[in-house]
Amino acid sequence: MSFISVFDVLGPVMIGPSSSHTAGTAQIAFLAQKMIGGNVKKVEFILYGSFARTYQGHGTDRALLGGIMGFSTDDTRICDSFRIAQERGLEFSFQIDEKDTDIYPNTVDIRMISSEGREMSVRGESLGGGKVRIVRINQVKVDFTGEYSAVIVIHWDKPGVAAHITKCLSDSNVNIAFMRLFREAKGHIAYTIVESDDHLPWNIAEKIRENSFVSDVMIVQP
Amino acid sequence: MDFRNAAELLKLCHENQMQISDVMKQRECSLGETTMDAIGHRMKHVLDVMRQSAEAALINPRQSMGGLLGGEAKKLNTHREEGKSICGNILGRGIAYAMGVLEVNASMGLIVAAPTAGSAGIVPGLLLALQDEYQISDDRLVDALFNAGAIGYLAMRNATVAGAVGGCQAEVGVASAMAASAAVELMGGTPEQCMSAAGTVLMNMLGLVCDPVGGLVEYPCQNRNASGVANALIAAEIALSGIRQLIPLDEMISAMYTVGKRMPAELRETALGGCAATPAGCGLCSGCQ
Repeated sequence: MSFISVFDVLGPVMIGPSSSHTAGTAQIAFLAQKMIGGNVKKVEFILYGSFARTYQGHGTDRALLGGIMGFSTDDTRICDSFRIAQERGLEFSFQIDEKDTDIYPNTVDIRMISSEGREMSVRGESLGGGKVRIVRINQVKVDFTGEYSAVIVIHWDKPGVAAHITKCLSDSNVNIAFMRLFREAKGHIAYTIVESDDHLPWNIAEKIRENSFVSDVMIVQP
Repeated sequence: MDFRNAAELLKLCHENQMQISDVMKQRECSLGETTMDAIGHRMKHVLDVMRQSAEAALINPRQSMGGLLGGEAKKLNTHREEGKSICGNILGRGIAYAMGVLEVNASMGLIVAAPTAGSAGIVPGLLLALQDEYQISDDRLVDALFNAGAIGYLAMRNATVAGAVGGCQAEVGVASAMAASAAVELMGGTPEQCMSAAGTVLMNMLGLVCDPVGGLVEYPCQNRNASGVANALIAAEIALSGIRQLIPLDEMISAMYTVGKRMPAELRETALGGCAATPAGCGLCSGCQ
């Protein structure tokens, strides 16, 4: 069982009204913008289940938009996120999908385009109490929480890539807490996610990119 | 230093001649790999946010996002200040603070989930009311929050604090149990009395359903936060008077969890039963038409 801190009981410190529908969704969007490297220019949110039915009364839309602009769950600017997004020229839209009933009740899809023209889609689930997990990146099923420092490597599923990643990490004296590989099919695109208790040096991304099978590296730090 | 249940916590208190808050602080430092100084500062920040969220709506009423709340805390405060309170000062202040926190929460203000957003008014409500009445220092209130955290941790670890899993008894019930235990320590009670008070609350709120109108954290949540303060105060008084409970806290936590799991889904945060399913409740909801 993972450690339950006193600040998990008396916390999170958050903008209301709901830890799952407001704090959790702000956190999912916050992680998404970290993954794309900030500067989101255009974003589309698709809300499922309970989110689709009650998002306005819970400020889920404002929380998502705040998170995508890098506001954390206790940032009072979340209330004003529509106005701030318009001032920043961020294009945004919200869709609801009530047809997909197999999905976890508190799920959101985020489709982003960054100012550098990069595109990415991320699916997040809000688990209650402000806890979240990312379950899809660009249609590939993954699983990580953002509670640890994470390196997300997109690469071809070829021998030696995982060894290269762990070598880069050990060379930088980073201790691995969890490491998982997710792939679409053998030999195709794969996602390796490494989570660590330690703060990751930013140049780790460059080192990992040196392998020719690696197509992209994302760093997400708490 | 760690404990898995109330019995182990009590043993640690006895062996080390410590209060529940002391044990909880030691546990946080050792398992969280941090220092007393750091957790003290962090808890002071928690207290500061709690106080701001409790006081804000007493002066400036706020309209909730879902439109079901607004102005309740100010009405209660005015009523008390005019000398008309029939609850007396502690309870009168406590329920105004508690309902004020829910008003701030429902209008997208900054709050501390304690243990959840929907039950966030109870712990600050009672503790701040006691501080007003007895001129208690912030340092002692911070200690009381560690005590409250210990009870909440036990419920999180061995049962649930999610309305969707265990109903309102798991949210408001646990918050009220946390507040009761913290109040007992603050007023000079023993660790046994703290646990006794927490157990009494769970007993008195056993079976309380989660039935939010329109699925929003507004109504009846705000009223229930006031009732959580009252239940905590009653239980603390019972414990401090020396009355002993026949059922230990661990068994009450377990009973609460069992009852919660047996509740039909309609009564666990789905907005399909209880208050939410009354004709008036349905009329206030824009969800299903």
